[in-house]
Amino acid sequence: MTNRLDPPAGTARGPMLKRLAGHRLLWPSLVLIALLLGNLAFTHDFFAVRIRDGHLYGSLIDILQYGAPLTLVALGMTMVIATRGIDLSVGSTVAIAGALACEHIATSSDPDGAGTVLTAVAVALGVAVVLGLCNGLLVARLGVQPIVATLILMVAGRGVAQLITDGQIITVTSDKYHMIGGGHWLTFPFAVLLAAALVALTALVTRRSALGLLIESVGGNPAAGRLAGIRAAGLLTLVYVFSALCAAVAGLMISSNVNAADGNNAGLWIELDAILAVVIGGTALTGGRFSLGGTVLGAMIIQTLSTTVYTLGVPPETTLVFKAFVVIAVCLVQSPAFRARMPRRRKTGHPRSDTTAGAAGRQQEARA
Amino acid sequence: MSTGIANTAARLTRPLSRGGSRRAGTRIPLIVTAVLLVAMFTVGSLRYDGFFSTQVVLNLLIDNAFLLVVAVGATFVILTGGIDLSVGSMVALSTMITASLVEHQGWSLGAVIPLVLAIGASGGALMGWIIHTFEIQPFIVTLAGMFLARGLCYTISTESITIDDPTTVSIAQARLYGSGGLFVSVSVIIALVVLLIAFVVLHHTRFGRGVYALGGNETSARLMGLPVGSTKVAVYAISGLCSALGGVLMTFYMLSGYALHAMGMELDAIAATVIGGTLLTGGSGFVLGTALGVLVLGMIQTVINFQGTLSSWWTRIVIGGLLLVFIVLQRLMTGRRAETD
Amino acid sequence: MTTPSTPADPAGTAPAGAAAGAGADQGAGRGTGAGPDTGTRQPVLEATGIRKQFPGVLALDQVALRLYPGEVHALMGENGAGKSTLIKVLTGVHPADDGTLLVDGAPRSFADPLQAQQAGISTVYQEVNLCPNISVAENILIGREPRRFGLVHWSALKRRAAELLTELDLDLDVSTPLGSHSLAVQQLVAIVRAVDLSAKVLVLDEPTSSLDREEVAQLFTLVRRLRDRGVAILFVTHFLDQVFELCDRVTILRNGRLEGEYPIGELTPVTLVQRMIGGELATLDELSEKAQEEAAERVAGEPFLTARELGRAGSVEPYDLDVHAGEVIGLAGLLGSGRTEAARLLFGADTADSGRVTVEGRTVSLRTPRHAIARKIAFCSENRKAEGIFGELTIRENIILALQAARGWTRPLSRTKQDALTRRWIEALDIRPADPEAQLRNLSGGNQQKVLLARWLLTEPRLLILDEPTRGIDVGAKAEIQKLVARLAADGTAVLFISAELEEVLRLSHRVAVLRDHRMVATLVNDDGVTPDRILATIATGADS
Repeated sequence: MTNRLDPPAGTARGPMLKRLAGHRLLWPSLVLIALLLGNLAFTHDFFAVRIRDGHLYGSLIDILQYGAPLTLVALGMTMVIATRGIDLSVGSTVAIAGALACEHIATSSDPDGAGTVLTAVAVALGVAVVLGLCNGLLVARLGVQPIVATLILMVAGRGVAQLITDGQIITVTSDKYHMIGGGHWLTFPFAVLLAAALVALTALVTRRSALGLLIESVGGNPAAGRLAGIRAAGLLTLVYVFSALCAAVAGLMISSNVNAADGNNAGLWIELDAILAVVIGGTALTGGRFSLGGTVLGAMIIQTLSTTVYTLGVPPETTLVFKAFVVIAVCLVQSPAFRARMPRRRKTGHPRSDTTAGAAGRQQEARA
Repeated sequence: MSTGIANTAARLTRPLSRGGSRRAGTRIPLIVTAVLLVAMFTVGSLRYDGFFSTQVVLNLLIDNAFLLVVAVGATFVILTGGIDLSVGSMVALSTMITASLVEHQGWSLGAVIPLVLAIGASGGALMGWIIHTFEIQPFIVTLAGMFLARGLCYTISTESITIDDPTTVSIAQARLYGSGGLFVSVSVIIALVVLLIAFVVLHHTRFGRGVYALGGNETSARLMGLPVGSTKVAVYAISGLCSALGGVLMTFYMLSGYALHAMGMELDAIAATVIGGTLLTGGSGFVLGTALGVLVLGMIQTVINFQGTLSSWWTRIVIGGLLLVFIVLQRLMTGRRAETD
Repeated sequence: MTTPSTPADPAGTAPAGAAAGAGADQGAGRGTGAGPDTGTRQPVLEATGIRKQFPGVLALDQVALRLYPGEVHALMGENGAGKSTLIKVLTGVHPADDGTLLVDGAPRSFADPLQAQQAGISTVYQEVNLCPNISVAENILIGREPRRFGLVHWSALKRRAAELLTELDLDLDVSTPLGSHSLAVQQLVAIVRAVDLSAKVLVLDEPTSSLDREEVAQLFTLVRRLRDRGVAILFVTHFLDQVFELCDRVTILRNGRLEGEYPIGELTPVTLVQRMIGGELATLDELSEKAQEEAAERVAGEPFLTARELGRAGSVEPYDLDVHAGEVIGLAGLLGSGRTEAARLLFGADTADSGRVTVEGRTVSLRTPRHAIARKIAFCSENRKAEGIFGELTIRENIILALQAARGWTRPLSRTKQDALTRRWIEALDIRPADPEAQLRNLSGGNQQKVLLARWLLTEPRLLILDEPTRGIDVGAKAEIQKLVARLAADGTAVLFISAELEEVLRLSHRVAVLRDHRMVATLVNDDGVTPDRILATIATGADS
């Protein structure tokens, strides 16, 4: 009995684990590939990538470019969800950041000046840090449930964004600002490069420093984390600030792509798409292990889904129906209660001969 | 010995006889809300011409009847410690179904309304069942419900459907006059009846008390032999039913069905519930408080309209600020309770 | 009694002990029919041949229990003996896999607590399982509120609740929320609810563990009153005094099996403890001579840590303790005696509300584990799953975690260093599988425990607190952990060693601190004079004889 959870032998273990590690990204990858191939069936030049004016064009490039803001928001959301939290306020932060930047540029005397654009970006990011701190403070210090804490900013933030834009759609004419979300650099859309760089940077920081490990520990078992001496409050605050920053960069991208800030509609529903991307990517809502690669795949799946629905000619808004089913399916698969009900049970109790040797130990576990 | 035990009981109760104050404690948010409402009305009356009238108060009800119904449903869910994010979308879906069946299919209102209500209730029950059976967090399940309902709206139509059906229009425009030329709409009556029923159910039936017990401590409720599963399913069904009814009332109010109706109404409903003194962690609150919360939200809107110079987005900011205050207030109070226990 | 699943004729039902079968029942006396009424009356509740298997764990095997009307019956057993599982089976929380349950002589089986309640069996748990947010009256009567026209009849509800309380001489305002009352009053209300539900069998699962003396007395008055009214009361507690004070008969479980059933008069505190812990304690071959010899010299120098009047209300009464470098101090006591609670205060896992601690002569504040870790104190919790392991993380990550947390996230251990440290400890502690990247949740309990030890050893602690480090792990791993403790002490680490097994405590410790009923009652230097019997006597009587 004593080794009931031990592998039968050490030999099969290594490759087994590697296969499991592969599993984490296997399903999202397959879904993405299936979606892309499905598109190919409808649009024969779907995979075609052309170079025009030294820029890359094509459906795949579009998916990457339009998916960039979502990827960023989902990136921040991943870290929050890894700590067992949730950040509902990212949509509002997207709107606020875009509004602040555009407002600054629109009222400036030199809308295309590098200084103006940099200041605009700095203002947006600075405010995002403050918003993230508010969320972090409520969650980490006051102990408010994350969903409730971030709900406040979700409600108020839209109003703040509209306050900044005075209820109007602020249009800006600044080529330098347009670069962030709509420009190209080295033939690639700049937004894609920016998002890729931020994802890479996040992966580097979380995995090269101990940040990722500590975040996963806090999310995986907060009580054990406390006894191991992890300072959870600081980490929690950090992830909410990071999430707000990511959302702000996404907000800059969205507003710069359309050269306008819309306090009402910018980033609408993006928190939900981001949560969806994270969940599809294999990071559980119950915290713990997070997968940045999975999140990127998740974001791409959602973007491809939107594109697909668009190519199919059905109203684009009906993607919501697909998303609903995806959410439920993914959550069911992740739910232990659901798995327990599946007929395929691996351990259906031990043979009766399993008697009292080491019984104390077993009971201990049974009690727990 | 018998006197001994009585004495000890007395001794044990005495140091904690703040029981009374504790009860007052859970009512502080409600009192704050009531004071806020009166204060806003007073300030409004002093500052703006025509504000100090009974009709202004009645208009609050007319303009927010559907929100009241939806928030009442949300209160049931929040009292159990859950959350329902699908209510706004469900309202929109109900307006769409009603409008499309009445306008495009020529159904009679009498057939459409029961159908819409049944859809709402069964949708809610389904979500409740998933939440209970598979132990998935309510917010993610109702999030999916939100997507689904909103998406279904678009499959019906992406355009707004205006209703010209004479029966519907006449009900929508009916004014029930009282003394002194004061009037309310049919919706107000329906909303108030819903509120009354909810009050009776929550405070005077076994089911209602079970809702409170479930919100207080789910494990205890189960060990006390209460039907936890069916109660959970029922509160989401009630929330779905109320959303559907709210949708029907909104159809009367707007005389149209549109997929973009009731955007963000789930937040208004939650805000009204919280401002009305219901704990987001469940177990404590009053459905009549929710009505006060809805009136506060309406009053904010009214004041901003009367002010004229203030833009509509201030509504959201003020609601957010109020939410912050009430949530921190709740947190500090429940935190104190945890310490004393 | 070979097929316990067949419902047996109540009159012909074999005595409980017969079902205990081979092994556990070796000569341990059973007081068959020795209780006041047991010979003449039919048990109100009789369980025989109860078996309960959890995945991979046999929690109950051939367990039997008889309850007679008007008796207070203690259910005793060490941690993991199966008390909680048995109660859950009796009250319908878990179904039994096998065995018979007779209520008033009729075979019954319960699918949920409600059915058990309807059959007359109610439970009051250690944690008050009522709803603090609703009124006292509702808590007593919820689910069966008096109704009028289908609605709750509030005035009748309050009247009925008040009546029930008055019957038991309790005077409370029934309309106040339950949460506004002290835990003791909540406990009493829970009992009133249970009794009103069903006046036959009342199960009290450690009802007194967080009550003070006076509150306990009050509870006992109520229990006696109920007993006199003919209620059968099954009383689970860790407090020996309370058993002797209150109970008529005792059923003892050990390792998921029935050890025996005794009238209280046949037991002394010492025999009771012996039967709970089991084993022939008089002979201990492996008692380390060395540990005894060294005891005196280890204690000689300046202590590494001193605790003075350190305590926390409701968990452990103020105690004094000196811990010297290189010394192993055993904390002995029954489960619930406060041994874990005493240790947690030294690590800041719980915050002390009285007393002070000095480390190397300087007064320190140990408000959080971080403070303690900074003072080179480490703590392995007894609750491995909830407070120790990170199941999703790998062996390597689990091992380096405490060290990494102390360094902060900005100063990561390099991967090479991590691998080297992990390999070293996997090898040193023989952790299996020896794959540093294996997920911890896939390891056996013993290997998880070793990983936790490695985690703390990496921080090079001066004081290592081990709370039940050998519980629930196999014999090989247990011996290895014991050897490790001895080696660490020899190298100058102070170890605070908590274990329910006296044998183990004595083998390893230089000194033994004995806890009883949340108090540290004695600190014994582990010399030749210290025998398991002497410690048992100290545990049982509260004084070093």
